[in-house]
Amino acid sequence: MTVGVAVRGLPERAPSVRRGRFYLWLRRRSTIAVMMCFPLLAIITCLVAYPFAYSIYLSMLNKAETAFVGFGNFLFLFKRETFWLVVQQSILFALVAVIFKALIGLIAAHAVNTIPSKGQRKWRGMMMVPWVIPPALSTLGWWWLFEPTYSAFNWLLAEFAVPAVPWLSDVFWARFSVILVNVWVGAPFFLIMYLASLKSIPEDLYEAASIDGASAWQKLFHVTLPMMRNIIAITVLFSIIVTFANFDIVRVLTQGGPRNSTHLFATYAFRVGIESGDIPLGAAVSLFMFPALAILSFVILRNVRQRTVNI
Amino acid sequence: MANVSLTNLHKSFDRTEAVCGINLEIADNEFVVLVGPSGCGKSTTLRMIAGLEEITEGDIRIGGGLVNDVPPKDRNIAMVFQNYALYPHMTVFQNMSFGLRLRKYPKDEIQRLVGDAAEVLGITELLQRRPKQLSGGQRQRVAMGRAIVRNPQVFLFDEPLSNLDAKLRGQMRIEIKRVHQHLKTTTVYVTHDQVEAMTLADRVVVMNNGLIEQVGTPSELYHQPKTHFVAGFIGSPAMNFLNCKLFKDSGSLAVSVGDILKLQMPADRNTRYEPYLGRDLVLGIRPEHVHEKRAGNEVQTEVKVNFIEPLGMETMVYFTVNGVELCGRVSPEADPRPGQTAVLSFDAGKSHLIDPETNQVL
Ligand SMILES: Nc1ncnc2c1ncn2[C@@H]1O[C@H](COP(=O)(O)OP(=O)(O)OP(=O)(O)O)[C@@H](O)[C@H]1O
Ligand SMILES: [Mg+2]
Repeated sequence: MTVGVAVRGLPERAPSVRRGRFYLWLRRRSTIAVMMCFPLLAIITCLVAYPFAYSIYLSMLNKAETAFVGFGNFLFLFKRETFWLVVQQSILFALVAVIFKALIGLIAAHAVNTIPSKGQRKWRGMMMVPWVIPPALSTLGWWWLFEPTYSAFNWLLAEFAVPAVPWLSDVFWARFSVILVNVWVGAPFFLIMYLASLKSIPEDLYEAASIDGASAWQKLFHVTLPMMRNIIAITVLFSIIVTFANFDIVRVLTQGGPRNSTHLFATYAFRVGIESGDIPLGAAVSLFMFPALAILSFVILRNVRQRTVNI
Repeated sequence: MANVSLTNLHKSFDRTEAVCGINLEIADNEFVVLVGPSGCGKSTTLRMIAGLEEITEGDIRIGGGLVNDVPPKDRNIAMVFQNYALYPHMTVFQNMSFGLRLRKYPKDEIQRLVGDAAEVLGITELLQRRPKQLSGGQRQRVAMGRAIVRNPQVFLFDEPLSNLDAKLRGQMRIEIKRVHQHLKTTTVYVTHDQVEAMTLADRVVVMNNGLIEQVGTPSELYHQPKTHFVAGFIGSPAMNFLNCKLFKDSGSLAVSVGDILKLQMPADRNTRYEPYLGRDLVLGIRPEHVHEKRAGNEVQTEVKVNFIEPLGMETMVYFTVNGVELCGRVSPEADPRPGQTAVLSFDAGKSHLIDPETNQVL
């Protein structure tokens, strides 16, 4: 934002035109900047700052919201095994899902990039579909594919005489399934970012590399990836945040089960706060996401700044 | 080092034919410049030699071996691109050593080779910088450095100087010439700048519409152009062209331009021109062969000067003959003035006659 930067006034006007101080104050760039940002600031205050502050307040109350307990809720969480399970699962979920999203996005971007530009639009459009459908809706579709009674996957497996897989009721397979769906939803975002970045690499760098003696793999490692470094770093970090804070996929697919093994912070907070009625404890759970996400955001922003200076 | 030979080379893109049958023998150590107007297929030809473009038809041999299906990395060539194509994420040293590193040269060997090349080009103190931190001329040097470290069989240049300003271009031209004299590597150089072509080349290849118009030394192209196109393309300002008629005038041959100008052709061309008697032809004469009156038996004509371009050493005069604007080159002492008349001499002995049907110089 330009608020702090633009303190200089507008160029001096001809002295014959005398205006009031208030008018001049209004015409100052910084004033205009603040006023133009006002709607956004108001929205952020209402939708982010207020709930955030309120949840901090809530997290320090007892279950009945009648007494102030300080960090009691947090200390209580530390002693709960389920909570540590949620921490583990959130990290596992975010890392594995992001790695696969990035890999699949990269491979798909390369594949789409080799399609001649005439047919490319159609493919790009189709590949974006998972990202465009509201995830709560598409996850319902996946739930139907996994669901034990009518599972389409199991029906297919049965055709090949493979025993049915307990997609949502076994700990491993439930974790596998939520990650799979998250990857399916999120990979197109990587695809589109990587495709844009691939297209911006000048063709003559590849030509120079092939004359220098690079094989296809060497071109990937010595030209493509270094040139995409920036975008890769930003998309990965950004996606870690979004994935870490995921709610809808787990909520629709497993509700955190079996035995709380697929809970993420958001779904666990919902379970504790809304379903079990301990709103202060739920607020405490959700607040645990904050330091992790704050650190990641800080890393992203610093990264972007540094790289824009370097390259 | 190696010779390069192109045989009946064709290249089509979808429907357009960019190169339509080129035959060219480039000798070992030779510096050959491909020159021609935009879109004539120079880059396409060069890129086929590099292996960056598939060959539609014909053969390319480097050092005697057929390379049609050899990938660029195995042709042992190096190329300098118009936009330099330096790897932005690598330092100058890494850029120059990339090819060597891929070929698994030992570390100290790489140090030595890059150091030597950097010395030749005067970029030793830039080795740790990134391309972003270099000026256009320095990037150009680095691109050349990357080409010469590998000591390839053939250098390919695609308009390497066209992104530089005029002064730097002049300097780099000399640099390239110096490097070639030093290394003697066979070089194919593409440009559309005829000054570059004339000053650098052992032989110049003039291309037009995907075909070779003429191959020759710079002086051959200038003094004995074979086609209308070459006559008009080489030389600046361009050769003057006038429609004329060939006739017999008291035993010797002469051309007339309307009834304004009559030029006696030198007697030694009689047999060459005889068959075209009475035909409509095109007379080509360079500006420097249209000058102020000097001693000698040249044809003199009085013309009205349209405007002049004083260049210091000489003055270009523009005037109209038979509806065509011509350019002459007179000494500043003659002091031509726009709007006034001047007497100019036409040096018929240096002129060319062109058959407009075949566009060949007779
Ligand atoms: N990749 C391509 N696809 C289709 N047509 C092409 C392609 N590359 C070149 N052409 C066509 O081939 C012809 C020759 O192109 P080329 O690049 O060889 O010209 P050039 O002589 O290098 O011109 P310039 O001096 O402008 O660089 C042009 O008509 C161009 O439009
Ligand atoms: Mg070109």
